[in-house]
Amino acid sequence: MRKYYDEITRIAGNVVTVKATNVGYDELAIIDTTRGPSLAQVIRLEADEVSLQVFAGTQGVSTGDKIRFLGQAMQVPFTDDLLGRVFNGSGEPRDNRPAVSADTVDIGSPAVNPVRRRMPDTMIDTGIPMIDVFNSLVESQKLPIFSVAGEPYNELLARVGLQAEADIIILGGMGLRHDDYLKFRDTFEEGGVLGRSIMFIHTAADPVVECLLVPDLCLAVGEQFALQGKKVLVLLTDMTAFADALKEIAITMEQIPSNRGYPGDLYTQLARRYEKAVDFDEAGSMTLLAVTTMPGDDVTHPVPDNTGYITEGQFYLRNGRIEPFGSLSRLKQQVNGKTRDDHRAIMDGCLQLYATCRETREKRDMGFEMSEWDDKLIKYGDLFEEKIMDLTVNVPLFDALDLCWEILADCFEPVETGIRRSILEKHWPKELKDE
Amino acid sequence: MIGTIQAVFGNMVVAESDETIVQNSVGYCCRADGAKLLSEVIRVRGKKIDLQVFEETRGLKVGDEVEFDTNMLSVKLGPGLIGQIYDGLQNPLPQLADKIGYFLEAGNYLPGLDLERKWDFTPTAAVGDTVSAGDCLGTVPETMFTHKIMAPFNLSGKYTIASIIAAGSYTVAEQIATLTNEAGDEVAVTMQQDWPVKRPLAVCKKRLLPTEPLCTRVRIVDSMFPIVKGGTYCIPGPFGAGKTVLQHVTSRNAEVDIVIIAACGERAGEVVETIREFPELIDPRTGRTLMERTIIIANTSAMPVAAREASVYTGVTLAEYYRQMGLNVLMLADSTSRWAQAMRELSGRLEEIPGEEAFPAYLESRIASFYERAGCLELNDGTTASVTIGGTVSPAGGNFEEPVTQGTLKVVGAFHGLSYARSYARRYPAIDPLESWSKYPGIIDPAKVEAVRSVLRRGNEVKQMMTVVGEEGTPLEDFLTMLKAELFDNCYLQQYAFDDIDGNSSPERQTFVFDKILSVLELDIQCDDKASGRDIVLKLQDELRTWNYTEFESDKYTAQLAKIDALIAPHSS
Repeated sequence: MRKYYDEITRIAGNVVTVKATNVGYDELAIIDTTRGPSLAQVIRLEADEVSLQVFAGTQGVSTGDKIRFLGQAMQVPFTDDLLGRVFNGSGEPRDNRPAVSADTVDIGSPAVNPVRRRMPDTMIDTGIPMIDVFNSLVESQKLPIFSVAGEPYNELLARVGLQAEADIIILGGMGLRHDDYLKFRDTFEEGGVLGRSIMFIHTAADPVVECLLVPDLCLAVGEQFALQGKKVLVLLTDMTAFADALKEIAITMEQIPSNRGYPGDLYTQLARRYEKAVDFDEAGSMTLLAVTTMPGDDVTHPVPDNTGYITEGQFYLRNGRIEPFGSLSRLKQQVNGKTRDDHRAIMDGCLQLYATCRETREKRDMGFEMSEWDDKLIKYGDLFEEKIMDLTVNVPLFDALDLCWEILADCFEPVETGIRRSILEKHWPKELKDE
Repeated sequence: MIGTIQAVFGNMVVAESDETIVQNSVGYCCRADGAKLLSEVIRVRGKKIDLQVFEETRGLKVGDEVEFDTNMLSVKLGPGLIGQIYDGLQNPLPQLADKIGYFLEAGNYLPGLDLERKWDFTPTAAVGDTVSAGDCLGTVPETMFTHKIMAPFNLSGKYTIASIIAAGSYTVAEQIATLTNEAGDEVAVTMQQDWPVKRPLAVCKKRLLPTEPLCTRVRIVDSMFPIVKGGTYCIPGPFGAGKTVLQHVTSRNAEVDIVIIAACGERAGEVVETIREFPELIDPRTGRTLMERTIIIANTSAMPVAAREASVYTGVTLAEYYRQMGLNVLMLADSTSRWAQAMRELSGRLEEIPGEEAFPAYLESRIASFYERAGCLELNDGTTASVTIGGTVSPAGGNFEEPVTQGTLKVVGAFHGLSYARSYARRYPAIDPLESWSKYPGIIDPAKVEAVRSVLRRGNEVKQMMTVVGEEGTPLEDFLTMLKAELFDNCYLQQYAFDDIDGNSSPERQTFVFDKILSVLELDIQCDDKASGRDIVLKLQDELRTWNYTEFESDKYTAQLAKIDALIAPHSS
């Protein structure tokens, strides 16, 4: 027997309060409104009053509407049929194809026992030298891309999706512009990866509550594939929209804000999502790359700040390039020692020279005289930016390393690079002169 | 005692009960499917009892039962703690993984000590002996330690041993002795006992002033900003400044008996690294693996929030327990900010009036009482033992002017402030030599440390000035001071944590090298201009750095020292 509750006592923001009994915390409900049915989730129980956040928003909800509880938390169907499909933040198809019917799994599963995690040790090739050579992405890593509005972060994300070796690609869009969603879809289709990708898309026009569920849906599905032994890559954009949605609900629920209006549990909420990145002992892995736009390009803003404490490094995307300074992959040490013997030497050497080049450019801009050495550095900096840093560059790791050697040999004498003699002897592209 | 749930909000539950309720006692929220979720009473208002639940509250309903206990949240103390990996509530994680697999499903608890394992017990007390709380009744070997089985810490007054079991193998649950007192009370003693985590455990004659340096083998810590056995220190720093690497290095090299690592609300990956590495790494001082002196409390950021608060208390209680055996224990908490945030979340749900940045008003007193649990004790048998606490702080935006950092600075004895500028310039460990301080005595004569600090300060001033007036406008003497300060920074303060030799500098080596570099700083460098001055200092700097990578008192070390002395000679008067 289906039991309906219709005594709605409060409608505020996206939250509806109804008198009901025997309802579990976190449980799902369906609210029948004049605009059609919408899912809602229990976020507070107090005596016989149940507060629900309504996924479709409360516009048009009337005090006479009926609410039915489903007796379970939010779930998502899990099957191989999900591949190639697009869903919204409530898990319903948005590609005009029928709903997927299959066994369902709970979203927001408990934490993984740390003793069942492996030490990450496999590099993910992306074909982007600034990642592969300088800040390698490692399987099971969680990395944000810190950027600002207007930067090509979604393009970068799509490229990583296309080129990374992954069995399954899951894209979670939060507050995405519809155009961006179409671009993602087209890129994946052209790149031929649509068949092994799943998208959960919340666009800016959709109700804000649906945004909250996108990461959980993506990660719940990804986790199941990982448990089956698959290598899963989850791409999320934009986590700041997710945090803003959290803020909106928290304020509606009259929670005391902690910092710039964000709820006190922002760190926990973000960590619960990011920590889903995992390399299972004796099963697959899930890698998480997420865009975080920094309001006002301010890294001390609560969202990027809390994110930085959670994730294993960060990429800064500025002026269309992955910034070599400040960007950091905390796990790169686990993998870049066993790719090729010159990997670390190139990584350190090239960056040190590039840092010196930037100082020289400052000197030049201030009108100081340029020495021969300064000219070399400036030539190097220009070449490095054009051939390595540019986001359109697409070469495998070893070719990228060779390319770095070519640039170095083009600009400097071997000793000037500061790279160890033994490495130079083996890799310097020209004949080495004896000193 | 039973109550019923009235409200659920996040990890907070309000229950109603007519019975006697003990503040901070344990309760179990009974979910419809039979799972019992551990919780703690945190507020009582009339018949309404507020509980924080140490698990996800998903599925709890209004009307569900709550079972109350009279005990406070406690840990099991006894042999078998060392080498274990626990969650914040002392559930052994490897055993939980065997039982329930990859995920930490709510409502699964296991005893903190293995109930099957037998330990070789040797009595050290005899029938008729008079004992009081904390007195040793017998011993069992645990890894390389002699684990003392002590009379229950909650005994009051004198007891007589009525019976004690003969030497042999017993489990922790078996009764090994019976104690009686004049009033006729009888106490059965096993090898394990419970202790509430939020009550300090310190059975002793008196508290001592901690003075013995605790060597971490990190040069900037031991020489410049020392910590002592029984002291407290904190490491605040923005993300990416190297807090965790510093804690990790300390947990490996610190010259103490036992290290307890409480990973509180931090990345799981870092705990995994410790879990996988420590059983492989050999501690050169004992010849045993590092795991045989380590206890890990892993309450990572994805685990339930309320257990985060419990995890630091669990850690410090285990530390205090081993202190009662006469051992020196170091407890590392990474990060105390996460613990404070957990308090803030709960305070918000309790609708308490918020203090600064929405932290509760009692934040500072909680932090203070936590750090006060460190200390150096003279135990009843006359031995000295200590618990040292080192906590990292993760200030929002890297700004130290926030409540957790400030609350911590008031109560600790040493401050190792990490600076983003230093880590950006790859100057590790990124402890700021100008901002940090320590109130403890170290291995280096304070007058010498002060001499070096004044060079560092002066060098920094000159460097600031040079950005304005340029190298040309700087007097030669100032310029040399700046170079010397840089030399000290490069050759002494910076240390490569991942190098076996440089990353691990013994106190003997530190005192020797410190003196040598100090003599370099005091040199009156003979040079004609800045360029030749720079050449001289850079050459010295290069040789000193190479020296750091030679094994102490090896041939290479001596040879390198001779080279350095030769470079110094022309400039010493």
